[in-house]
Amino acid sequence: MTSLDSLGGTDTTNLTRRGFRVLGIGIGRQKAMFSLAVLFSVLFGLTTVADAWVLGWATDHVIRPSFADGDVATGALVAGTLLFITAALLRMISVVGRRLIGGIVYYRLVAGDRRNVTRKYLRLPVAWHQSHPTGQLLSNANADVEATWMVFNPLPMAIGVIAMLIGAVATMLAADVVLTLVGLVVFPLLFVLNVVYQRSQGPRMAQAQSLRGDVSSVAHESFDGALVVKSLGREEEETARFATASEQLRDANISVGRVRAVFEPLLEALPSIGVLLVVLLGIGRIESGATAPGDVVQIAYLFTIVAMPVRAIGWVLGELPRTVVGWDRVRGVLDDTTQMPYGPAGLDGTGPIGLRLESLGFSYEPDEPVLEDLDLEVAPGSVTAVVGSTGSGKSTLATLVTRLLDADEGRVLLDGRPAAEIDHDALAAAVSLVPQATFLFDDTVRSNITLDADIPDETVWEVLRTVQADRFVQALPEGLDTELGERGTSLSGGQRQRLSLARALVRNPRLLVLDDATSALDPAVEQRILRALAERSQGEDGPTVLVVAYRKATIALADQVVHLADGRIADTGTHAELRERSSAYRDLVDAYDQARQEVDHE
Amino acid sequence: MSELPIKESREGSLRIIRRGLSLSPQIIEGWRVTVLLTLLGTAGTSLVPVVVQRSVDNGLGTTDGGVASDRIVMIVAAAGLLLLISAVAAYFAKIRIFTGTERGLTQLRVLAFRHVHDLSMLTQNTQRRGSLVSRVTSDIDQISLFLQSTGMILVLSAGQMLIATAVMAFLSWQLTLVVLAVFVPLVISLKVFAERMSVAYDHVRQTVAELLTTIAEPVVGAAVVRSYAIERRTQQRIDDAIATNYRANVNAQKIVAITFASAILVGGVANAAALGIGVWLGVVGGMSMGTVIAFIFLITLFVGPAQMATQVITDAQNAVASWRRVIELLETPADVVDPGPGSTPLPDGDLGARFTAVRFAYPEGPTVLDDLDVTIEPRQRVAVVGETGSGKTTFAKLLTRLMDPVEGTVQLGRDTAWADVSQVSFDDLRRHVVMVPQEGFLFDSTLAENLRYGRREATDAELEAAIGDLGLVDWFAGLPRGLATRVGQRGESLSAGERQLVALVRSALADPAFLVLDEATSAVDPQTELRATRALERLLDGRTSVTIAHRLSTAENADRILVFDAGRLVEDGHHSDLVDAGGVYSRLHASWVAQASLGVRPETMVR
Ligand SMILES: Nc1ncnc2c1ncn2[C@@H]1O[C@H](COP(=O)(O)OP(=O)(O)OP(=O)(O)O)[C@@H](O)[C@H]1O
Ligand SMILES: Nc1ncnc2c1ncn2[C@@H]1O[C@H](COP(=O)(O)OP(=O)(O)OP(=O)(O)O)[C@@H](O)[C@H]1O
Ligand SMILES: [Mg+2]
Ligand SMILES: [Mg+2]
Repeated sequence: MTSLDSLGGTDTTNLTRRGFRVLGIGIGRQKAMFSLAVLFSVLFGLTTVADAWVLGWATDHVIRPSFADGDVATGALVAGTLLFITAALLRMISVVGRRLIGGIVYYRLVAGDRRNVTRKYLRLPVAWHQSHPTGQLLSNANADVEATWMVFNPLPMAIGVIAMLIGAVATMLAADVVLTLVGLVVFPLLFVLNVVYQRSQGPRMAQAQSLRGDVSSVAHESFDGALVVKSLGREEEETARFATASEQLRDANISVGRVRAVFEPLLEALPSIGVLLVVLLGIGRIESGATAPGDVVQIAYLFTIVAMPVRAIGWVLGELPRTVVGWDRVRGVLDDTTQMPYGPAGLDGTGPIGLRLESLGFSYEPDEPVLEDLDLEVAPGSVTAVVGSTGSGKSTLATLVTRLLDADEGRVLLDGRPAAEIDHDALAAAVSLVPQATFLFDDTVRSNITLDADIPDETVWEVLRTVQADRFVQALPEGLDTELGERGTSLSGGQRQRLSLARALVRNPRLLVLDDATSALDPAVEQRILRALAERSQGEDGPTVLVVAYRKATIALADQVVHLADGRIADTGTHAELRERSSAYRDLVDAYDQARQEVDHE
Repeated sequence: MSELPIKESREGSLRIIRRGLSLSPQIIEGWRVTVLLTLLGTAGTSLVPVVVQRSVDNGLGTTDGGVASDRIVMIVAAAGLLLLISAVAAYFAKIRIFTGTERGLTQLRVLAFRHVHDLSMLTQNTQRRGSLVSRVTSDIDQISLFLQSTGMILVLSAGQMLIATAVMAFLSWQLTLVVLAVFVPLVISLKVFAERMSVAYDHVRQTVAELLTTIAEPVVGAAVVRSYAIERRTQQRIDDAIATNYRANVNAQKIVAITFASAILVGGVANAAALGIGVWLGVVGGMSMGTVIAFIFLITLFVGPAQMATQVITDAQNAVASWRRVIELLETPADVVDPGPGSTPLPDGDLGARFTAVRFAYPEGPTVLDDLDVTIEPRQRVAVVGETGSGKTTFAKLLTRLMDPVEGTVQLGRDTAWADVSQVSFDDLRRHVVMVPQEGFLFDSTLAENLRYGRREATDAELEAAIGDLGLVDWFAGLPRGLATRVGQRGESLSAGERQLVALVRSALADPAFLVLDEATSAVDPQTELRATRALERLLDGRTSVTIAHRLSTAENADRILVFDAGRLVEDGHHSDLVDAGGVYSRLHASWVAQASLGVRPETMVR
């Protein structure tokens, strides 16, 4: 929202030029439809002028003669009524066309950029996602896209209005030159006033929009953290925080309202003043015989019906700043060059794959390395445990190995092939990560596990049995078809974790990375899962396993243990070897034993 | 459809509006003046036809002299003055409406926000939060939009049409009837249009909700989407949602376009009718020429409102629906409420807890905790174990009154002084009882700010001391920015274990008499966990604690173990007793020992 905040200080001539460029781009994308909308709009403008002309004509040819003669001028009257109805019919058709087709242009542009932005989200690497707040990304794809193209709602109308103005001035000139001058003063004034209005409103609306975003993030965060808020009794502080944000929004909205209160009555009064002027000048013109009364009436009527449409031009110009800001923000995503390209290579063969790290290094913040100089060899079909204290970089390692992040230094090799060279689908098919934090989609249990891949229910149930999730899934109201999430059921922490595990296991990966993925599981369940995996590995069709764990039985299952300390591999070897060699390692993994011994000795 | 439901829903809307206004009295504060100003402000638009009529009838309509120019000048001058007054009145009316509605709705917004925190729904169903957020954001925005824009148009249009009708009736009742007759079919068809439009917009709203959910997938679940390479599936879902939303919008747009345009046609017919019948009336009935022309000007005052009418009706329906949702939220009884002045104080010092015949079920769900009778003595260190989904977290939430039991009572106290938790003031309760949940949720701020959630007034030195007291100096020293470290959204710039450590320090700072830890250290390494929890125990020496953990080391050291199974308390006792009892606990423990110690089981030695 920062760009919106600084809008007040932006060079407006430049803003207008850039705004027009965005308009050009949008028109270019929807050439045919847009032209059609403009065509209808021009028709609208001309028929509106025609409407006033009909009144002028009727005044001079129907009303005045009839009243003067005391006898209805029947032929002219019929013509007059027909003219009124025809003009209205044409106007109606033009309005339907303009609104419908104009709407289609707008919705197509929005849909198109939504597709572009979300496609980009799906291409941008995870690291990029980590460094951009969720709320911002969601608003880029929604509010910002809409803000960019919103201007296309009044745009066809505004172009039609230009045609209308030309027509209006032409008919006025034909009617009376002097009275036209009133129009030449009033219309531009109306126009200028409108632009001033929209321009002073623009930054205020942007400010209000940004504050609306703030209110929403406070609410989101506060409700997300409800457990913390409640259990620490911070409701009042949270309410105060929310009230502050709400009051800022209120003040911004009131300020928007003030500007509106000033300009709207002015804009409404201006055409009326024009009519008064026309009448005033009209007296002299009629007295001098220069003008027919019908012309005066016609021009007065023109003012009445032209006033509203003319404001469309103001709407367009007023929207331009928002257009530019929205466009910049959308382009910010679309033009982002951060990428993590996948290579063309496949991963041949079947069965477990080997993993190799070569002087791997990584940092989230410059100059604060999280991992440094990691060298490791994991044989196909083996189980490697990663052990390290809190914050030592285990999850970071897991994400590097599965190529959610790319290393700053060194490389990851899968079956001897640099991970960066491997094709995305091949990589995903071969490697599965069960992350530390469980993520479930707002979708059915089945979709959450299969991710819509073609996997038979029997296989799903089999995996659910392995992770001991079959019983509770059976107990759910609609079994595998139960919706989870906002519109669905809630699960306990352990239940969620099991579904996340099932998602990985059901794919029979060739390298399985478990990042502390069993913390909420009962020990017995964890043991069963790992045992099943280990047995399969021995049978040559199971995966190579990299597991972040603390439980000693898990570690004992491992062929190799990697001890991570301060972002480096402190030692590698079997559990027994490490225990022999390293007191730091002993302290870490034997903590419970030591504790139990102390209890026993008491 | 029978008459009844429609009538009912009407009454419902009226009730909602009345209730909404009573919740935000600022909206209608001084409404008489506002309405007066508004009407005055609208009067300006009706001036033009009157001026035209007067001018034409005073000679402007003839070329053969006799122009009463002085009178016309007078009329124009008077109209100019009225126009000015009208504009000024409109200014004040708008200011009043904006300030009033904004003040009133802000109050409603904050009220609703506060209320949400008192609903157990919030802590029970972590998934429903999105819709709770929209109660205090988009729903309120919708009401405000209506009151300030469309609602204003409604009032203005009504005023405009009212005044126009009055002017018309004054000029010629016959022509007035003609014009009204032409507009009657339109008014009737508006009802049909409005219904179709509201159906169309309902559909649009649904597709928007669907769209927002699917667009959130690649953003919130970026890592999962990437690691399972389900980009194509995700994109397909998004594309489908975008297409559905597009179709719904275009469909609604069709109705908007047609209703908007039909008023123009009706206006044309009205013009023709006014012309034909007006001229005839003029010839046979002596109606003035100015009147006929004025009518054509007056008709424009009907066309505008008629164009907007369906939009206004739809917006009004939306606004009432939003208002209803906010009010229904507020009318949902705050089930976890502060008992207020009549609260029972908690005794100072040690606290115990007592569950009597407690049963709990999540709304519309099965019973997940049943028949629970248990007393936790003051100063006892209790471990709670059980399989996943057995009801441990539910137990902890009942104990700390994040929700209330469906049946039975939960009490806190000791000896003879027991207080029903629902009768204890929040202040009192939170000062004495603190729960650390499994999710180490942090606010997007600095480490220091997050720690101060535990104790508001703590100085930096005190915060650092608390970190030191829990034996976390090494970890803290590793943070380059120390207390000023920004923890990121939900704390995601810290590792999972680090987030839990912060939550632990936070609870130590809160210094409660009764601490409840729900898998609060599940992601912390054993060494740090033991060091920190022991330090915490030392700090809170003599306090009561309830600890839920899958790592049974906690249970081994506890004074007492509660074992849950399928929503029931099945075992209760000391570690050694339960191990010997050969029940659920002994099974869990055996596998824990097998896990935690090395090479106990022969199978593992094979490899
Ligand atoms: N918000 C909720 N709405 C409906 N049902 C729920 C909700 N939260 C939990 N449940 C259900 O209630 C039961 C008990 O859940 P609870 O969270 O108390 O289990 P738990 O013992 O803490 O499990 P875990 O060890 O996995 O954390 C489970 O069957 C779960 O599916
Ligand atoms: N997105 C991030 N931005 C900045 N720093 C980060 C980010 N994620 C992690 N870190 C830091 O990197 C270090 C390693 O984090 P990582 O999550 O890899 O630890 P871990 O070993 O998995 O810890 P745990 O056992 O708690 O899960 C930590 O000090 C953490 O604060
Ligand atoms: Mg981790
Ligand atoms: Mg739980």
